[in-house]
Amino acid sequence: MMFRVDRDVLAEAVAWTARSLPARPSVPVLAGMRLEVTEDQQLKLSGFDYEVSAEVTLDLQTGEPGLVLVSGRLLAEITRALPAQPVDLVVDGAKAVVTCGSARFTLLTMPVEDYPSLPAMPPAAGRVGSDVFASAVGQVAVAAGRDDTLPMLTGVRMEIDGDTVTLAATDRYRLAVRELKWQPDQPEFSAIAMIPGKTLADTAKSLTTGAEVEIALSSAGGTGEGMIGFSSGGRRTTTRLLDPEFPKYRSLLPTEFSAHADLATGPFVEAVKRVALVAERNTPVRLAFRGGEVVLEAGSGDEAQAVEALPAELHGDEINIAFNHQFLLEGLGAIDSDVARLSFTTSTKPAILTGGKPEGDDSAPDYRYLIMPIRLSG
Amino acid sequence: MSRKQQVPRVATTGSADDTGCPILHVDMDAFYASVELLDRPELAGTPVIIGAAGARGVVLSATYEARRYGVHSAMPMTRAMRLCPQATIIPPSHGKYSVVSRGVMEIFQTVTPQVEPIASDEAFLDVGGARRRLGSPARVAAMIRAQVAERFGITCSVGVASSKFVAKLASRQCKPDGLLVVPADGVVEFLHPLPVGALWGVGDRTEEALLRLGIKTVGDLARVPVATLRRELGHAAGGHLSALAWGRDEREVTPHVPDKSIGAEETFAADVDDPETIRRELLRLSEKVAARLRAGGHIGRTVSVKLRRADFTTITRSRTLREATDVTQEIYVTACELYAAADLARVRLRLVGVRMENLLRAEASVRQLTLGERESGWREAERAMDRAVARFGPGAVRPASLVRPKFDGIDL
Repeated sequence: MMFRVDRDVLAEAVAWTARSLPARPSVPVLAGMRLEVTEDQQLKLSGFDYEVSAEVTLDLQTGEPGLVLVSGRLLAEITRALPAQPVDLVVDGAKAVVTCGSARFTLLTMPVEDYPSLPAMPPAAGRVGSDVFASAVGQVAVAAGRDDTLPMLTGVRMEIDGDTVTLAATDRYRLAVRELKWQPDQPEFSAIAMIPGKTLADTAKSLTTGAEVEIALSSAGGTGEGMIGFSSGGRRTTTRLLDPEFPKYRSLLPTEFSAHADLATGPFVEAVKRVALVAERNTPVRLAFRGGEVVLEAGSGDEAQAVEALPAELHGDEINIAFNHQFLLEGLGAIDSDVARLSFTTSTKPAILTGGKPEGDDSAPDYRYLIMPIRLSG
Repeated sequence: MSRKQQVPRVATTGSADDTGCPILHVDMDAFYASVELLDRPELAGTPVIIGAAGARGVVLSATYEARRYGVHSAMPMTRAMRLCPQATIIPPSHGKYSVVSRGVMEIFQTVTPQVEPIASDEAFLDVGGARRRLGSPARVAAMIRAQVAERFGITCSVGVASSKFVAKLASRQCKPDGLLVVPADGVVEFLHPLPVGALWGVGDRTEEALLRLGIKTVGDLARVPVATLRRELGHAAGGHLSALAWGRDEREVTPHVPDKSIGAEETFAADVDDPETIRRELLRLSEKVAARLRAGGHIGRTVSVKLRRADFTTITRSRTLREATDVTQEIYVTACELYAAADLARVRLRLVGVRMENLLRAEASVRQLTLGERESGWREAERAMDRAVARFGPGAVRPASLVRPKFDGIDL
């Protein structure tokens, strides 16, 4: 086997594939990256860790069909460091030789016959714009739990109902919900999938090279050992689904509020960051909304304190409410709007953060970030 | 009430130079025993031991007449009774002691706000600021002794020195009913003849280690290079002891040291190996600890469990929670997990204890609410229990598993 390919093209493809390689492989061959030159002059690079598979296909200028398995991490480091010239890879017995300009690397190959076969891509279900998808996933994944002892909270739930996709994630302290449109292959398609949050966020971000992302789902609407696949611009990745158990979040999203406040997002973020300097981890930033302003406070009498006032357009009852500043900042970062709207009921009931909208626009926002307050005693 | 009484007596004196000696250590003499003698004056001058007479009771206090027979605090009662069979045994009545203790602390407060109570019967005072109002430290010390004797009819001993630890040694030296000033320039002279065991932080183990090195007195210790001590005793302990041996003690009198932990433990009447019984005891102790947390306005983040096997080997296990709590259920669940993780099921236990550490003031505490959380849960239920108990007395409401049949005594 041999192939020749541009250094940049190869480096990018190898780097993308290497992302899904396990850092501590359960079996040594899983540290390998599989390189295959097909009869029709294509190069396929793939990686797999039993959970996530990744495969990228490139068109070749020259190539002889064949198959080889080499250390993925090493290949990624090498290709990243090569000069900007065509790269040749030739398999010679048990060795793979990489040549680029005057640089030459000899890599040991790994037993390709021991390598597990990659899961087949499930049947395609529809398509979505890659930028929209990446931003929607980013908005939701921020609220996914990072605690592996509660696996059901580390996922992003994807509900597909016709041409609407709803993404939701929660770590019990906040809940992010995003609705977006897509083009299902069948107009009546519906499905539910729990996708590992971190994998989904990485995948969506890395698939913006193509214009559209194709979503493929096995056992559509079913439960258990499901699989979801995403492909775009020659890259495809599959990931095993989580148990679809998830809190019944729709009933937890309040729909009626006693007040809402609109603030300029940028200055609000800056102010929260400033007062949060004196708030230790897991301690709150307190917000007091009064007429035309909000007063932010952090810290207590025994330690450093900070206070700052900002203009805020309050509609409805005055309110004092406190939040974990990290949760608040992550929500403000996710709304993707110059105006942030916080809607409240009481200081111990969930608040909803959305992008602000002009008066009179009553359409439901497509992104909602629910945040549970911190209850202050006394 | 130290059990180390081997320190040689020094003449009681209040006339030494007390310049630069603002620290007082006031220690009641045989506190519980002295208080009991107020009600039993006929026992004055006879050996009296305060402690529960059960098989597993320990000596809480003893008169000096009893101490002459080798009786000391924390000694098992059975042993004390063997050493001094003629002693009168009085079971403790803690309410009485705390009334006197509060009164004594009030006297201290009239002298200076710089009072650091370290037990119900002893405290440090920094009287440096009272000089113009009340006079020199030695005069203040004499005044305190007179007031305590006058108001409560019990005696106390006061050490006056330039640092807390020397003051404490001084009060021990002049016990009972004494006053000793260690002049600021006489600290080394005072310290060096003392046995190393007299130093704060030198327990039996350390003392043994030091004796092995041929170090018998504080003076011996002072002459050992600090590097050697650090190697033998550990970095912190070695450095600390070396500083103490030269009379260096930078600790200040800090009034109102907040509770560092709240705990409860129970020695079983007979050793227990039944996990069910042990868990029930953990529940009872968790309840006790949680109620004390709530009563004191505390919440704690770290739950620790103490398990003592029948052979006295003891293990403690602790876990820090994500959020501080004062809820029995949360403490109990964690305590049970710690017990399970200790892998002592079917091991005979003599004692179990539950302790909350990492305490915070409840009013300064905050709680991150969770999605879909019920408005009222265990916390509210337990607060309601507190109110019922306040009104109807202890045991008015308790977990069903802790309700005992009425005639527990005839349980076969």
